Amino acid sequence: MLEKAIYGSRRYWVWILFLLALIGTGFISYLYQFKNGLGVTGMSRDVSWGLYIGQFTFLVGVAASGVMVVLPYYLHNYKKFGRLTILGEFLAISAVVMCMLFIFVDMGQPLRVLNVILHPTPNSVMFFDMLVLSGYLLLNLLVGWTVLGAERKEVPPPKWVKPFIYLSIAWAPSIHTVTAFLYAGLPGRHFWLSAIMAARFLASAFAGGPALLIILALIVRKYTKFDPGKEAIQALGKIVTYCMIINVFFLGLEFFTAFYSQIPGHMHSFVYLYTGLEGHAKLVPIMWLSSILAALALVLLIFPQIRKNEALLAVACVSTFFSLWIDKGFGLVVGGFVPSPLERITEYWPTLPEALITLAVWAIGFLALTILYKIAVSVKEEVVFDKYGERQVKAE
Amino acid sequence: MSMNRREFLKIAGISTILGVGGVSAVHGLKNCVEASQISPNPEALKAKRWAMVVDMSKFKTEEDYQRCIDACHRVHNVPNITDNPKHEIKWLWKETYEHAFPGAADEYLSEEVKELPFLVLCNHCNNPPCVRVCPTKATFKRKSDGIVMMDMHRCIGCRFCMAACPFGARSFNYKDPRPFIDAEKENLEFPTRTKGVVEKCTLCYERLAKGLQPACVEASKGALIFGDVEDPNSEVRKVLGSRYSFRRRPELGTQPSVYYIF
Repeated sequence: MLEKAIYGSRRYWVWILFLLALIGTGFISYLYQFKNGLGVTGMSRDVSWGLYIGQFTFLVGVAASGVMVVLPYYLHNYKKFGRLTILGEFLAISAVVMCMLFIFVDMGQPLRVLNVILHPTPNSVMFFDMLVLSGYLLLNLLVGWTVLGAERKEVPPPKWVKPFIYLSIAWAPSIHTVTAFLYAGLPGRHFWLSAIMAARFLASAFAGGPALLIILALIVRKYTKFDPGKEAIQALGKIVTYCMIINVFFLGLEFFTAFYSQIPGHMHSFVYLYTGLEGHAKLVPIMWLSSILAALALVLLIFPQIRKNEALLAVACVSTFFSLWIDKGFGLVVGGFVPSPLERITEYWPTLPEALITLAVWAIGFLALTILYKIAVSVKEEVVFDKYGERQVKAE
Repeated sequence: MSMNRREFLKIAGISTILGVGGVSAVHGLKNCVEASQISPNPEALKAKRWAMVVDMSKFKTEEDYQRCIDACHRVHNVPNITDNPKHEIKWLWKETYEHAFPGAADEYLSEEVKELPFLVLCNHCNNPPCVRVCPTKATFKRKSDGIVMMDMHRCIGCRFCMAACPFGARSFNYKDPRPFIDAEKENLEFPTRTKGVVEKCTLCYERLAKGLQPACVEASKGALIFGDVEDPNSEVRKVLGSRYSFRRRPELGTQPSVYYIF
């Protein structure tokens, strides 16, 4: 099926070249980082993780969120998601690829990466994270490719793939739970030391991931003949709505615990992020931007009349996505380091090479996504009717 | 005849493999001890669990602190990175009371105490979170004496240990540290590090192996007391048994092995 990726319109190739240009710039920046060390980033002795690990954390959520279309379809036989599952699975694959690359570019000694396998350490959450992420990548490749291949031949998917689908449904929340455990079990980091961290991670993932999927589905419908289905998109919109509400609720719980208990260590990071601490307020504008976007998204999502308008739903999804991207991909990680356990404040902001490398990893992810979606869409365009006999290709 | 020879060679070959393999396997099991030098120096200092007591009453002048810090940093080739404090490497350093013991200072505490510098270093916790999180066992607690060790050749530079340490005891080489080591003062007997790895105090394991006290203890003129905390007759135990002592962030349950007395 791969051959379908090498036939495309002019627009397709321009987009591919654009991504390749971003990747090239980031690769040169990475060579610079490789030669000079992580000192070329904004990270420091006190803020020892930054944008890379933030992006990794956020994208594990996007990867896990594939389950939000796979589960209703396979466990509840919600037929409307039949056309969307492949988009969800392929998005998960691209997201996991980005996760792995973000871990790789964050390593001080990348050539020693195999030490994690050569010296397996079951008590380290990072070791488990590597295991579950690789497993999830393989599961999605296997399931996605097999089911799409069957659709292309217009036969039902083979029976042996079912257990792998059920396994992938159970596996998805596990990858994000393990990622939350990277943070939630560290003594002396009050901001992260919270039992609700994993739950909050899942809520934000199941809001942000499907929000991205809606945007992608709308783009696919606009630029190709394949139509993922209006009802499917509306159903996803409901998922985004509920999960975003739960996410904001969970964040509120964190605020309550910190500020009603009045324990200084629990309040400090929140104060730093939202109002600034002792004159240090670098993250305040973006954290407020995240909050405003979240509020806007909730207003647009909660009222069904607004949500049913696809243009407004798209705005809501973009707001949700960027709100969560700032909150989880940046604030959550940096906030845990400020103030330091010795109550000193060192601020963090990414440098240019760091930003270019980050952009390049996203570009690699989108390149993978473009190629995978191109294949999926080409197959669907050829098949014309979905497995329930409904037209999945727009009439000419 | 030829069959017989063949049979013979077969049996001989298999028994050789089994024999050699068996012997080496038994040998391997016998040597199932943790990595250390081939034959331990009989003069090496040994303990069940090393501990240190910092006697703050003996730190009176700037020089009292600096002597210890310099001794440590010189003997371990710790780079002196001054151009960017974000990339600083430190194994032993000064931290004022309010930062060494966050949350402990009340508002009426005299400025003198608030600003009093304490010598801080890796606490060699009995229950170290850094060891728990390391994905490669590059940092590990030595079974024989409780030292939290650092294998800078195995470290992949993921910095999980830095997030896990509640004492800020770990430094990361954000750049090549070698240009920042004074060539004249370089200790050729201790390795320098490469960029991209984490480092910290290792309680002078290399000096203990030779029967020497840690460099900072030796330089402290009695202000740092070092010994086996599990030996009731050791000096540290006598001090801890007779004077009020405290540790950094005991509520976190990491059980630091560094104690402070006034």
